[in-house]
Amino acid sequence: MTRLEKKERFTSGHRACGGCGLALGARLAMKAVDDNSIATCATGCLEVTSSPYPQSSWKIPWLHSLFENSAAVAGGVEAALRAKGKQDINVVAQGGDGGTVDIGMRSLSGMLERGHDVAYICYDNEAYMNTGIQRSGSTPMNASTTTSPAGEESFGNENRKKNALKIAAAHNIPYVASASVAYPDDLIEKVKKANEINGPTYVQIHTPCPTGWGHEGDITVKLARLAVETGLWVLYEREEGEIKDVKKIKDRKPVEEYLKPQKRFKHLFKKEGGEERIQEIQEIADSNAEKFHLDEE
Amino acid sequence: MSNQEEVMEGSHAVAHAIKGADPEVIAAYPITPQTHIVEKLSQFVADGELDSEYVKVESEFSAMSSCVGSSATGARTYTATSSQGLLLMNEVLYNASGLRLPIVMGVANRALGAPINIWNDHSDSIGVRDAGWIQLYAETNQEALDMSIQAYEIAENQDVMLPTMVCMDGYILTHTYEPVSIPEREEIQDFLSPYEPEHKLDPENPETFGTVGFPRDYTEFRYQQFDAMDNATDVIKQVFDEYSDKFGREQRGLIEEYRTEDADIVLISLGSIMGVVKETVDSLREEGKKIGAIKVRAFRPSPAQELIEAIKGSDVIAVLDKNVSIGKKGALFTELKDELYSSDVNPLAKNFIVGLGGRDVPEDSVKKIAKKAEKAKEHGRVKKEIEFIDLKEVYDND
Repeated sequence: MTRLEKKERFTSGHRACGGCGLALGARLAMKAVDDNSIATCATGCLEVTSSPYPQSSWKIPWLHSLFENSAAVAGGVEAALRAKGKQDINVVAQGGDGGTVDIGMRSLSGMLERGHDVAYICYDNEAYMNTGIQRSGSTPMNASTTTSPAGEESFGNENRKKNALKIAAAHNIPYVASASVAYPDDLIEKVKKANEINGPTYVQIHTPCPTGWGHEGDITVKLARLAVETGLWVLYEREEGEIKDVKKIKDRKPVEEYLKPQKRFKHLFKKEGGEERIQEIQEIADSNAEKFHLDEE
Repeated sequence: MSNQEEVMEGSHAVAHAIKGADPEVIAAYPITPQTHIVEKLSQFVADGELDSEYVKVESEFSAMSSCVGSSATGARTYTATSSQGLLLMNEVLYNASGLRLPIVMGVANRALGAPINIWNDHSDSIGVRDAGWIQLYAETNQEALDMSIQAYEIAENQDVMLPTMVCMDGYILTHTYEPVSIPEREEIQDFLSPYEPEHKLDPENPETFGTVGFPRDYTEFRYQQFDAMDNATDVIKQVFDEYSDKFGREQRGLIEEYRTEDADIVLISLGSIMGVVKETVDSLREEGKKIGAIKVRAFRPSPAQELIEAIKGSDVIAVLDKNVSIGKKGALFTELKDELYSSDVNPLAKNFIVGLGGRDVPEDSVKKIAKKAEKAKEHGRVKKEIEFIDLKEVYDND
C-alpha cells in the first residue's frame, strides 16, 4: 500500500459513529481531490455528522442544500465556474445511496446527461442510515431494515439492489467506477481519475455501517473486503463505456462469511428457509463472478 | 435617456431586461406560460448576444437547485417558472432563502391543478409566500421589465441578500404586446451594483454552507431572514426611486395610490387587474363617486403599513384577490385585515375573489364590486366578508 497523503480535507472531530465506513470513505475520497475543489453534499449521515453549526469538518468549500439535489447543485456550481472562467476548480458532488439512487436519481441523471464537469461520489451504505436504517433502493436482497424487517412472514428486503453504476453508465459518461473502503489505494486512484477526467463521472463507494448493518466497528474494513472477496461487490472501472480493471478474486469466498457477522442478515441463519435465501444471495455473487469473470484461475 | 421604445410581448420584454442585467448563469425548465421568457433568453445566448451559461435542466426542482449552486459560487443567477413548476421548486425555494442567495426568478402567474388550468391567477406565487422570497407584482409589461432589473439591485443588497420573484400575470402580460421602453445594456449595468457577495464557495477561502442548525441557533437564522426582509422595505423604496429617477418612470413605493384622495371606497389589488380597476375608478369618478384604488407592488415584504396609511379616511376597502386559501379567504385581504387590528384605521373590509384560472375580469365585474362596497357603506356593516365574483348562478354565494 502506498503512503497516504497526510493532508486531510475531511477532518477528524466529526460526529460519525465509531467504525463508520462512510466517514472513512469520505476521508479517503477527500485525499483524492486537491485543495482547488468545491464539494456539494446531500442531506444524510455525512452532512449531519460533519457540519453541526458552527463547526465543520470540511477544509474545502462545501455546500449542503437538500437531500435530493446534490448533483443539480454541483451542476450549478460548475456552470458558475465556467461563467467565471475558473474551470481549473474541481467540483465534487456527494450523496449517500438514498440521496443518489432513490430520491436524487432525477437530478443525478440530469447532471450526468448534460455533461457537467462534476465527479459524483455515492457513499453506499445500503439503507437510509441517518433516519434509522430504512430500506433504500440500494439495500441488498434479504437484508433486514426497519422498513423491511425480517419477521414471521418476511426475510427482509424483497428486492435486488439497484444497479446504479449501470444506470450512470447508460448516460454515456466517460468514467464510472465502483470502489470500497477496504481498498484505499484503489479508491483514491479512482476518485482522482474521476476528478481529472473532463465531464461527468460517477464513483460508488461501498461503505459498511456498523450501526445499520449490525456489526462491530472494528470489522468495517474486513466486511468491506469480504463483500469484494465473495463477489457481492465488484470492483471495476468503466471507461468510455468499456468495462476495465475488474478486481479478480482468488478463491472466492462463500457469501455466508460476509453475511454472518451482520445482524441485518442474522435471520437467514436462524429462520427456517433461510438457507434458500442465502443460496439466493450466493447466486447473485455467482452471477457477478460470471459477468465480470471475477474468478482468478 | 436613450430608451428605445418597442412593441413586444411581456415575456420578451422581461428577457430583454435580463439580457441587460447579464446573469452569469441561467438554469431553467420550460412551463406554459413562462416559456417565451426562457426561449428568448436561449436565443440571445445562441446568437451571442448574452454571455450566460444556460443550464437546460431536467425539472424545475433542478432549475432552482442549480441556481442555488450557481448563486453560492458568486454568480448572478436567473430562472423563470410558473404554477406547477413553482410548486415543484417549493423545497428549494425555502433553501435558497435560508442560504441567503439573491437569485432572481420570473414567475408567470398561473393557476394550480386540479383541474389543470394554464391561465392566470395568483395561487402559485401566493402559495409560496412564506418561503422567504421577496415578491414583486407587475401591472404592465413595462413594470415587469423594470422590476426584473430592479430585482437584482434589491436582492443583492448586503442588508437584504434574499431571493426575489418578479411576478407577472400569465398570458395577460406574458403573451400580450405592449410598447415598452428598454434601457440600454450599459445603462442597466451602470444602474446595477456588481454582485460581490461577502460569502461564496471559493477554494481560496473555504467556507461551509448549509450547516445543521440546532435548536440553539435555528431561531437566530430565521430571525436574520426576517430582519433582512424588513430591511428590504427601505431598500425597495430606494431602488424604485433611483430607478424612476434614472429611467424616467414613476414606480415608487411598495404600493401605488390611484385617486385615493377623499375616497370613501378604495379598491385594492395587485398585478395586471389594476388596469381595469383604474379604468373603473375613472368611470365611477365621472359619475361622482368618491372611489379610488391602490396597487400593491410588493407583497413580500408586507406592504401593510403603507396600505394602512393610504386607506386612512376611507369607509370601505374592497380587496380583490386572484387567489383563495381554501377554508379561509384571499391572501391580500387576510394580511391587510390582520394589520388593521392593531392600527387606528378601521374601515369596513370586503374580500372579492376574482379572475381564478384565467376568468376574465371586465369593468362590469369591478363595478359590481364597487357597488357591493357602496352597499356596505350604506348599511354601515359587512354582511359577508368574502364573495366570489361572477360565480355561476347555480351556486349560492350569499
